[in-house]
Amino acid sequence: MADVSIRQARKSYGSTKVLHGVDVSIGDGEFVVLVGPSGCGKSTLLRMIAGLENITEGEIAIGGKVVNTVPPKDRDIAMVFQNYALYPHMTVRENMAFSMMLAKAPADVIEAEVQRAAKILGLDVLLDRYPRQLSGGQRQRVAMGRAIVRDPQVFLFDEPLSNLDAKLRVQMRSEIKELHQRLKVTTVYVTHDQIEAMTMADQIVVMNGGRIEQSGAPLDLYDTPANLFVAGFIGSPAMNLLSGRVRDGAFHADGGAVMPLPPGAPPTATTYGIRPEHLRLDDAGIAASIIVVEPTGSETQVSLNIGETHLLGAFRERVMGRHGDTLMISPDLDLVHLFGPDGRRL
Amino acid sequence: MSATTVPATWNKARQQPGRLARLFDYKPFLVFACLLPALGLLGVFLTYPLGLGIWLAFTDTTIGRRGVWIGFENFEYLFTDPIFWNAVFYSVFYTGVATLGKFALGLWLALLLNNHLPLKSLLRAIILLPWIVPTVLSAIAFWWIYDPQFSIISYLAVDVLGVRTTNFDFLGSAWPARWSLIAANIWRGIPFVAISLLAGLQTISPSLYEAALLDGSTPWQRFRYITFPMLMPILAIVMTFSIIFTFTDFQLVYAITRGGPVNSTHLLATLAFQRGIPGGQLGEGAAIAVSMIPFLIFATLFSYFGLARRKWQQGEGND
Ligand SMILES: Nc1ncnc2c1ncn2[C@@H]1O[C@H](COP(=O)(O)OP(=O)(O)O)[C@@H](O)[C@H]1O
Ligand SMILES: [Mg+2]
Repeated sequence: MADVSIRQARKSYGSTKVLHGVDVSIGDGEFVVLVGPSGCGKSTLLRMIAGLENITEGEIAIGGKVVNTVPPKDRDIAMVFQNYALYPHMTVRENMAFSMMLAKAPADVIEAEVQRAAKILGLDVLLDRYPRQLSGGQRQRVAMGRAIVRDPQVFLFDEPLSNLDAKLRVQMRSEIKELHQRLKVTTVYVTHDQIEAMTMADQIVVMNGGRIEQSGAPLDLYDTPANLFVAGFIGSPAMNLLSGRVRDGAFHADGGAVMPLPPGAPPTATTYGIRPEHLRLDDAGIAASIIVVEPTGSETQVSLNIGETHLLGAFRERVMGRHGDTLMISPDLDLVHLFGPDGRRL
Repeated sequence: MSATTVPATWNKARQQPGRLARLFDYKPFLVFACLLPALGLLGVFLTYPLGLGIWLAFTDTTIGRRGVWIGFENFEYLFTDPIFWNAVFYSVFYTGVATLGKFALGLWLALLLNNHLPLKSLLRAIILLPWIVPTVLSAIAFWWIYDPQFSIISYLAVDVLGVRTTNFDFLGSAWPARWSLIAANIWRGIPFVAISLLAGLQTISPSLYEAALLDGSTPWQRFRYITFPMLMPILAIVMTFSIIFTFTDFQLVYAITRGGPVNSTHLLATLAFQRGIPGGQLGEGAAIAVSMIPFLIFATLFSYFGLARRKWQQGEGND
């Protein structure tokens, strides 16, 4: 096991700059999730850690040792690919044993290791099957088994769940987390799904356009997003972000809504952020007209208009109402996020 | 039409289909009608010549004289004919050595071209050239290359490099002639092998190599454990075709040596032609041609078992 530190890493393909100086430090045994929209450079960064892409500038160190010029096989890392990259002509057993076979480990040691990994992942009965005879979730598990057998310093996952259906995704999510708690191997996990990031990570690194927007513990990111991008990206349903201006101690949104401000709010705020779950039903609040009501059972999501300003609310209460009805709401003032014209949190 | 009153409901079932329409709805007729063109072509261009050839092999037909059935007499004669056995030997030798050469060099080229090279598509086009040129033309080129006086290889060795004092005699004696023809066949056969195998290589997912890289493999191990097994299915197909084409080769040998010197480079195909057409012994020539059939059946069986889908391949669906 080892820590990983990435210092001012840059990557360009020819003249196309993909990463513009990225700093991440990952503690020993930590589960770090790189999250960001598609094309932001997450896979590139992961592949640089693995050694599959060279590092244009900057430094990557694993266990205190700079690995910029260390070939992939000597970095002692295991990677789970998005398409699993299982060897189609080898059985599950051969897939898992491949790295040890290359290292010329004795047959009984290989078999013991494969059995151990198979037991952890519940693959015991599938060892003699070929990848094509497995379901998506089973293939996913074989890919992890192949990584576990290696007993590496660092696990890398590149969107491992994106080929699975929704239900399996939730199940595998907790399996991976459980696996990490059991093995305590430093893990870097790439996903574009912020829910995966929130539920699995010790530390989330939010990336956008080849830069890091913010990194920190999941709930810190949720509670104090550093900028508009993170505010909009983390949390589901997404935060309401209203642009407008502060006037007379209230926030006047462009669409006409007038939102109350917490005491001492900076007058320079140009964006008012409030999460749907932080709007309350309040008879003394603001009148909003209902557009759509979507009950999910545990909560009710209501799409609202205050004047021309659109808002989404999520309420514990069961809201009854139809299109055009009026709902009285107010924001939880402690949980209002304000952002300046540069997009930064104030 | 406009004057008649149209009934309010139009009932399709009332219409009686015509005789012709009913005929075409009759499945056995339809099957027959659709198969007819293919059967006709196969019958005229495949079954008839093949049948005729086999029949001729059991007669003593010569050019200008209708033969009579003589049973296995042609074969009995051939089995005592050293020239025939020489042709059998050389056909097998030629096919074996040339196939080995084509696959070794073709695979090597395919692996090279599968890397990121500058001018990759230009190189691929150039590789195809030997295959595009008509065989007879390239045979004539080789004829010059192997010429006792004007050979460019002799010129290079004698006049330019000075490593020899006399010209090579490529085609003048048996073994040099045999090897020279094999070299020409390899040259001609490489493009087919290289391009087919390149197509096979490109179907292998790069992430398999990346996974193997992380698993700690050397380049040789990646070839041995990933490239080669995954290329096996296409390799088997290409090899079968290549063996059949090489075994039945005619043009190259006939254009360069005509089977000489002293019948040492006759393949079964050239010998069959030699005996049958210029020699006039149609029956005997046909018997030589027919004697190729067991070898070709063997090659086809090889393909049948070699190609038998491997277990890991079957139904390559996603789930
Ligand atoms: N080999 C390459 N050549 C040029 N551009 C590339 C290459 N690989 C990736 N890119 C670009 O780098 C950016 C980041 O890609 P990637 O890391 O795969 O994003 P993601 O965050 O979706 O995993 C993308 O804009 C992509 O177009
Ligand atoms: Mg990616």
